[in-house]
Amino acid sequence: MAPHTEQLTRPAVRLRGLTRSFDGRTVLDGVDLDIPAGQFVALLGHSGSGKSTLLRAVAGLDHEVAGSGELTAPERVSVVFQDSRLLPWRRVLDNVLLGLDGKQAERQGREALAEVGLAGRERAWPNELSGGEAQRAALARSLVREPELLLADEPFGALDALTRIRMHTLLRELWERHRPSVLLVTHDVDEAIVLADRVLVLDHGRIGLDLTIDRPHPRSYRDPRLGEYRERLLAALGVTEDHQ
Amino acid sequence: MTTTTLGTAAPVAVAAPTPRRRRRGLAPGKRLPAARLAGPLLLLVLWAAASAAGRLDPGAIPAPWTVLGTGARLWTDGTLPTDVLTSLERAAYGFAIGLTAGVVLALASGLSRTGEALIDGTVQLNRAIPVLGLIPLFILWLGIGETFKIAIIAIVVYIPIYLNTHAALSGIDHRFVELAEVQGLSRLQFVRQIVIPGALPGFFVGLRLGVTGSWLGLVVLEQINATSGLGYMMFQAQNYGQSDVILVGLLIYGVFGLVSDSAVRLIERRVLSWRRTLSN
Repeated sequence: MAPHTEQLTRPAVRLRGLTRSFDGRTVLDGVDLDIPAGQFVALLGHSGSGKSTLLRAVAGLDHEVAGSGELTAPERVSVVFQDSRLLPWRRVLDNVLLGLDGKQAERQGREALAEVGLAGRERAWPNELSGGEAQRAALARSLVREPELLLADEPFGALDALTRIRMHTLLRELWERHRPSVLLVTHDVDEAIVLADRVLVLDHGRIGLDLTIDRPHPRSYRDPRLGEYRERLLAALGVTEDHQ
Repeated sequence: MTTTTLGTAAPVAVAAPTPRRRRRGLAPGKRLPAARLAGPLLLLVLWAAASAAGRLDPGAIPAPWTVLGTGARLWTDGTLPTDVLTSLERAAYGFAIGLTAGVVLALASGLSRTGEALIDGTVQLNRAIPVLGLIPLFILWLGIGETFKIAIIAIVVYIPIYLNTHAALSGIDHRFVELAEVQGLSRLQFVRQIVIPGALPGFFVGLRLGVTGSWLGLVVLEQINATSGLGYMMFQAQNYGQSDVILVGLLIYGVFGLVSDSAVRLIERRVLSWRRTLSN
């Protein structure tokens, strides 16, 4: 794939020869990757292909993991995990404000909650929220810091199908408003195609396929033109259509 | 066509849709009003009834009103208030010291590896020694005055508080540690906003055990090695065969235990209000 040479600013994320291994087993084997500022990237791969390892490396969460390589990431990075990871002893707004303080932050926290459709739930306890609401709150928590890079590790994996579709729309809207670079790790090919402008497939510790998806948003799962992308991605993942 | 009614046909045993009965609930159901008092009250009624019927030997178990009368007499002649105050003071000092030591040691051992290496094994060793077995040694060291009693109570109290708080501190969910790193929390913010609130439920378990332990320690100390206090009063009464005085002492111990435990529960409910939504 051709690199995004039209981008004038330096990339938000730059990986050169990123290698990570656990107990001698190489999980990332010299990954080279540039993510331009403001790009929405999805990272696909089998379970165990190292996609979470890559995300955790970019997030700086892989202390005590053996590895080498060059890694540049922006100052303000937010992470959304698969579980909402709300602290059960803090009310929703206080969870959103975790690590921030001041009146200004509180106002931004309320705005972020309103943006994800949780206005009025500021004083709720996390265990009073549904799974989808909790994940919205987690999105608000990541947004309130105005991240330059949003890392999402299968953020909708634990949600039911209907909630997931609604969350896709929400995430795309939020991205359009705030324009952070996004690295979305997922195992769901359709989710990647509907949301991202560029889809990477991680295979044996390297980027096996780098595909730019050049279709207007909002995209529908039923768009036949997306079928072609799906086929290429599934082939890169080693799945043939008739298995579907 | 199957919906047409059959004129005068003999009544057919139609499988009428039986109204769906609600399943029997397996939960114990709603709490009875004043549930915690019902059992003790019933016991009191039985005691009074048996005494009134003359079924109890008044020398062994005096009637409730005799005990009340004795209590009132001891109170007005001034001996009971002095004894109660002495006992309360001992328990309070011992408890305060034990609580402080338990929390401080748990924090030191739960938040730093050096602290854990130095403290945890030592406390486990201390726990393995029956505390009441330390009494003779403590009397030799500290004399038979107040100091050794307070020291013993403090040890009885600090152990469960330490153990439960330390277990809760080291059991903080690793996912929350990761979250704190992602959110850029400082070490102090991490301890204050995640570690301590997360360890509070464990601390309260220890606190309740510690409160009960302080009374237990008190009773033993005052019955064996005291020259004043409730236990001393009861010990004296044993020598003179005054079972009513002994019962007064036991009742007061019971009330102390019940009140302090309820107080801790009340604080726990306030502080851990976020958990209420779970138990409902």
